[in-house]
Amino acid sequence: MFQNMLNSIDPYSMQILVNIGIGIILALGLNIITGLTGQLSLGHAAFMSVGAFAGALLTIKTGVPFYINILLSGLITAVVAAAIGWPILRLTGDYLAICTLGFAEIVKVVFLNLEITNKALGLTVPTPDTSLPMPLIVLIVVCLTIIASAFIQNSRFGRALKAIRDDEIAAESMGINIARYKVQSFAVSAFMAGTGGCLYAHFLGYINPSDFGFLKSIDMLSMVVLGGLGSIPGTIFGASILSAAPEFLRFMSQYRMLVYGALLVFMMVFRPNGLMGGIDFTSFVLRKLGVKPRGVSRSKEVQ
Amino acid sequence: MALLKLDNTTIRFGGLVAVNGVNLEVEEGEILALIGPNGAGKSTIFNLITGIYPPTDGAISFKGKSIAGRPPHVIASGGIGRTFQNIRLFGEQTVLDNVLIGAHTRGNWNLTGALLQFLPSVRKEEGRLLELAIHCLSKVDLAHKAYELASNLPYGEQRRLEIARALAIEPALILLDEPAAGMNPQEKQTLLKMVRNIRDDGVTVFLVEHDMKFVMGLSDRIAVLDYGSKIADGRPEEVRANPAVIEAYLGKGAAH
Repeated sequence: MFQNMLNSIDPYSMQILVNIGIGIILALGLNIITGLTGQLSLGHAAFMSVGAFAGALLTIKTGVPFYINILLSGLITAVVAAAIGWPILRLTGDYLAICTLGFAEIVKVVFLNLEITNKALGLTVPTPDTSLPMPLIVLIVVCLTIIASAFIQNSRFGRALKAIRDDEIAAESMGINIARYKVQSFAVSAFMAGTGGCLYAHFLGYINPSDFGFLKSIDMLSMVVLGGLGSIPGTIFGASILSAAPEFLRFMSQYRMLVYGALLVFMMVFRPNGLMGGIDFTSFVLRKLGVKPRGVSRSKEVQ
Repeated sequence: MALLKLDNTTIRFGGLVAVNGVNLEVEEGEILALIGPNGAGKSTIFNLITGIYPPTDGAISFKGKSIAGRPPHVIASGGIGRTFQNIRLFGEQTVLDNVLIGAHTRGNWNLTGALLQFLPSVRKEEGRLLELAIHCLSKVDLAHKAYELASNLPYGEQRRLEIARALAIEPALILLDEPAAGMNPQEKQTLLKMVRNIRDDGVTVFLVEHDMKFVMGLSDRIAVLDYGSKIADGRPEEVRANPAVIEAYLGKGAAH
């Protein structure tokens, strides 16, 4: 049934849809460290490339089943992020941003020079042998990423991250181990970027280290900022628009980056918190449905 | 044995000795106030106790164990809650979420718990934290505002919310940094009762406050700090009559 549905979409639209899906995974990943924990990362394309190359090499060298490959690429990326995050997450603000930027360039140069990643020629990735069609796998991973993000935001773990974002000194004084939570959220964020990279590599069939440069990182950050830092629906919305925009603006060829830039400037002027920033969708929908927010009945009992 | 003990505690910022060899004991179950002119080092003492600054010299022990130089989150989990002189709430979050963050150390589930939050044990813990948070809010009479944004509360209620957040640690000792600042007389009267209730619940209270009427009416004992050194320590009426204290506040000659 899915096969029929997928076949009814023309390949060009399908490509755009898959791009949107991968964009959502990457942006939601970045949203964890930048939107929730409040640490600006300007090097998230590097984590995407680590996931992409890890996934590609796993397919080429070992041929592990694709589903396990997605998980492994994510895990490898998370381990890399934890290792790099431990020293650099002691920095804050601009210094952290500069550090992540530098790290991303180092990763790019390393991949450009390693024999195993085929240097500047890049890797051709064979189409994975899976029972499910690729777009459907992307859709499933997108759903899982959304669920995981929502779960994290609404938990003891997520509350600690938001506390660190809002006031580090107050957070510490509440017994929150700032260093540990920053590294953990960095790793989770990188895990999502890694799975996104792995899907990207296998969907496109070819990866080159130069694809994961500074502009890619800025692209990811724009998605999160456009939609609204810390807002899951906003991030999904921002990722959808910005993943599709280059295609829809293709008729303007070389001027499309100009429009793209103007779009962001207007957004910053009129909605500095992002298109959907500051709107709590869950409670908005619940209120419309006439459902009281969680815990209210209990607070009445106490009084 | 004293609950909290400062032994010759000193901190220097470059050439400035902000706190100079202070000896102070906080007994279990008492309300101790720390007073002194502006810049005497009162807030610095709180920052030393909570680990924001490590002391340059001297020792600090809590429940008989040394806590000098430990990181703030370890000291907080050990059972010391605090509020801040310049309110440090998580303003863009709800009142309830603020207190739930305060209850952080009362839970265990981390990332795994977040991803597996449908498990009964995780849900049970969330329920327990929620109950604790509402309980702490009702202590400062804010339970009915649980779903408002913290930054939308009036000033006096923000100060009370900070107390609720510190109570959610379920501390043995709570440090209140100018809890009555900016409150009107009625609000101060309510706060006075709340602080007494907190003590009656078994939490030792150590506060810094400028309002003398408030301090005299509330404290069991008062310590006076001037230029980083302790100049007096005793019951309210003793401190009020102490010539050194009068001199520190009103200048030389006023004591005679």
